Amino acid sequence: MDNIIAVIWKTVLLALAAPLVSGVIRKIKNNLRMRKGPTIFQPYLDARKLFLKDEVVSNNASWIFYAAPVIVFASSVCALTMILAAGKAPLMNDGLAILIAALFVLGLGRFFLALAGLDAGSSFGGMGSSREMFISSFAEPAAFIAVFVLCMGGGDGFRISNVLAGFALSMVALAETSRIPVDNRETHLELTMVHEAMVLEYSGRSLALIELASHIKQMAFFTLITFFFIAPAALCPAWPQFAVKIAVIALVFALVEISVAKMRLFRVVDFLTFSFFVALIATIAAGLGL
Amino acid sequence: MINFLSKELFLLDPLAIFFLAVIGFVSIPSAIFSIGYMSGESMGKKLLDWALLAAFIISMCLVVTAGNLFSFLIFWELMSLASYFLVVSDYKHERSIQAGTIYFIMTHVGTACLMAAFFTLYNYSNSFDFSAVIQGAAVMPPQIRNVVFLLLLTGFSTKAGVVPLHIWLPYAHPQAPSHVSSIMSGVMIKIAIYGMIRFFVTLLGPGSAWWGALILVLGMISCLVGVIYALMDHDLKKLLAYHSVENIGIILLGVGAAIFFGNLGLGAVAALAMCAGLYHLINHALFKGLLFLCSGSVFKATGLRDMEKMGGLIKTMPQTAFFFLVGAMGISALPPLNGFVSEWLTFQAFFLGVLQSQGAVKIFMVLSAAVLALTSGLAAACFVKAFGIAFLAMPRSKRARESKEVSFSMKAGMALLAVGVVVFGMGAGFVAPLIMGVSQDALGMEKAAGPFHLVSALPPMIAAALLVIGGVIFLWFKFGLRRKQVRYNTWDCGYYALDSRNEYTATAFSKPFRIAFSFFLLPYRKSEKIRDSFYHIRKFTYETHTTLVFKNYFYDPLVRMVYQAAVKIRKLQPGSIHLYILYIFITLATLLIITAVF
Repeated sequence: MDNIIAVIWKTVLLALAAPLVSGVIRKIKNNLRMRKGPTIFQPYLDARKLFLKDEVVSNNASWIFYAAPVIVFASSVCALTMILAAGKAPLMNDGLAILIAALFVLGLGRFFLALAGLDAGSSFGGMGSSREMFISSFAEPAAFIAVFVLCMGGGDGFRISNVLAGFALSMVALAETSRIPVDNRETHLELTMVHEAMVLEYSGRSLALIELASHIKQMAFFTLITFFFIAPAALCPAWPQFAVKIAVIALVFALVEISVAKMRLFRVVDFLTFSFFVALIATIAAGLGL
Repeated sequence: MINFLSKELFLLDPLAIFFLAVIGFVSIPSAIFSIGYMSGESMGKKLLDWALLAAFIISMCLVVTAGNLFSFLIFWELMSLASYFLVVSDYKHERSIQAGTIYFIMTHVGTACLMAAFFTLYNYSNSFDFSAVIQGAAVMPPQIRNVVFLLLLTGFSTKAGVVPLHIWLPYAHPQAPSHVSSIMSGVMIKIAIYGMIRFFVTLLGPGSAWWGALILVLGMISCLVGVIYALMDHDLKKLLAYHSVENIGIILLGVGAAIFFGNLGLGAVAALAMCAGLYHLINHALFKGLLFLCSGSVFKATGLRDMEKMGGLIKTMPQTAFFFLVGAMGISALPPLNGFVSEWLTFQAFFLGVLQSQGAVKIFMVLSAAVLALTSGLAAACFVKAFGIAFLAMPRSKRARESKEVSFSMKAGMALLAVGVVVFGMGAGFVAPLIMGVSQDALGMEKAAGPFHLVSALPPMIAAALLVIGGVIFLWFKFGLRRKQVRYNTWDCGYYALDSRNEYTATAFSKPFRIAFSFFLLPYRKSEKIRDSFYHIRKFTYETHTTLVFKNYFYDPLVRMVYQAAVKIRKLQPGSIHLYILYIFITLATLLIITAVF
């Protein structure tokens, strides 16, 4: 019972901190580009502004359009909770089952968001849905194998297999959190949009909910990636350590984003296939006990 | 004298009871559905179809309870014939006849293999009883045993629709009436899985590890091929038929892994894998039955099977849309519904296999898991397409716009299966131990509690978490944060004439996948321009298709060879009675010489 309560308040804390991480990444990117950029609290301000706005809903939309933001938000929070819970369990047995279930839960949110993209009947929405499902289905094998490898090693200590798997999972996370080189959240160009195209019809509080959900999903992936690197997976006593790890991941992601170009959609397949093979090599390393 | 009707005519062990349950779960709702679906047909046709349906369901029940080879084969044939007549029940259409013929040929190729295997078994057991077969199989030389295995595998794979023997499914399932497709796809192809488990696990006894590996590989290929073709197809029922190929693949991943681990001596993993396979089997029966019934409703209401002409059905047929969504979520393995539980269990079985095995086996297991992950991702994409294009946005045709919700009995049939999809997801803690019992019994193991504390806890917990968070937000929006909502047109980039022609189509939705898998799908396009002048094009038509690899490169050449051989053989029969008498004479003489010499 204590465990459950601990997991719940940690989830709340991390969910609250999730927009901050996005703000930090954006700030780092801007500073590296010699710009000042908005404050790191900008995502909170955006969310507040959106929550206070009225909403425009398409005439064509059905109940799916209303339900999707709620389901996406709930699934992101649920996945974050499960990843935190898995960190407390022995990874070898229950941890893996919970982590894999968490990946499935993220799939639930994605499914509804993609449906909502098709719901309004605009071609942008459909394009976004199609691309989102395309990218995520190719990302899934690498994510699953990476989690396998993590659990084969028991989740702690410095292991080559863990580092490789963490690298593979980071590539998946780039795709799943709609970052360059896979997607670009900062533009609204029809050629480059994936995620943004899908949620183009949303406004007001629904959009706020979707944005928050994507921050929390990013937090879930970052938390999962922290399990792979060096220090033990359980993060209960080590808040500063955890915060440092998240900050490092944020820095790395920001650096990747400013130093590579966005890929064509069909190059993403190669990118994700590469991450799959890295994960497979990690399996071999784990099998050899490295 | 061969004793056909032995004491062991029937066999009721947990495995048989499990399959009886599967048959019941799908057949009863489908039968209820058929009351509304068949309304409008003449009385005679209704009676005939009901009689055939009854014969079909009863024959399936008899197959899974058959206690000897001979009765198994008879009931198997009865099942095939009843389903053949149901496929061609819409006999006025040429496509039904063609579908029926393909099904008829394929199913008999399968039966021929089964017969060959059964007679070989009889040769060693001298009895058709299953108990005698077990003893006979024990003294069988390994080579013969392998041949029997391959024959049985071919026979059952034909019925199950394993790639490359899946060719009849996309013809027969769409052409049959929807409640029949529901039973054929939900149950009948599973009877072949029953045959595999019955023969490979309980009757032939311990085989070799490569049996399991071969089944695993076939499962992997079926998964991917099925789901890729499903993504490309825009005929709602054909798409579902291809998904049956995919799901049979997932079931085979479980069953194959069970046979594989069983032969490696990893009993606990084998039991978990078998449990996962059987769990997916019953889940697939539920959600695929449901989806076929929903497609039947759509067909009844609109007369359409082509998704590109549907759209907006969620507004005209809200209940059918809801049931389809439940089925789509189930088949896409979304928690907390049933498909999730069984795929999750399969992953756990693979992981346990990775942990407890050595060397190359680890990589093999990881690859199987990766294939499963890719398949489930692609399946989710496919059902976003199916639900999104068919039910959401604006109607794309007059028929879709004028559709109406279907009758009560049809809704009742769908509702029953939808409840099943939810119950088998949330109630996994109750169901999984039961299925584990079946799988342990089939594998001949002691009953032991499986690792199910998470299975019983997690799906309800996920459901509770989603409901609590969603409910809080809903209440907050409803009572706390009251913002105005304005209904307005979809943003149309300032074009001011957005209609259903601007919507994303199913073809467009699947285009990225068509390009990514172009090495396998071999897409080609036809375009035709009619010009007034160099600058002005009056008309432009564009079509894109994919190549059916197995049909074009395997079945078509085979059929051509058969025809060519037939032309050559025909020369033997020139119509001269003297020649025929000569044939008889030569045959007799040869037989006499053979009997004299040997």
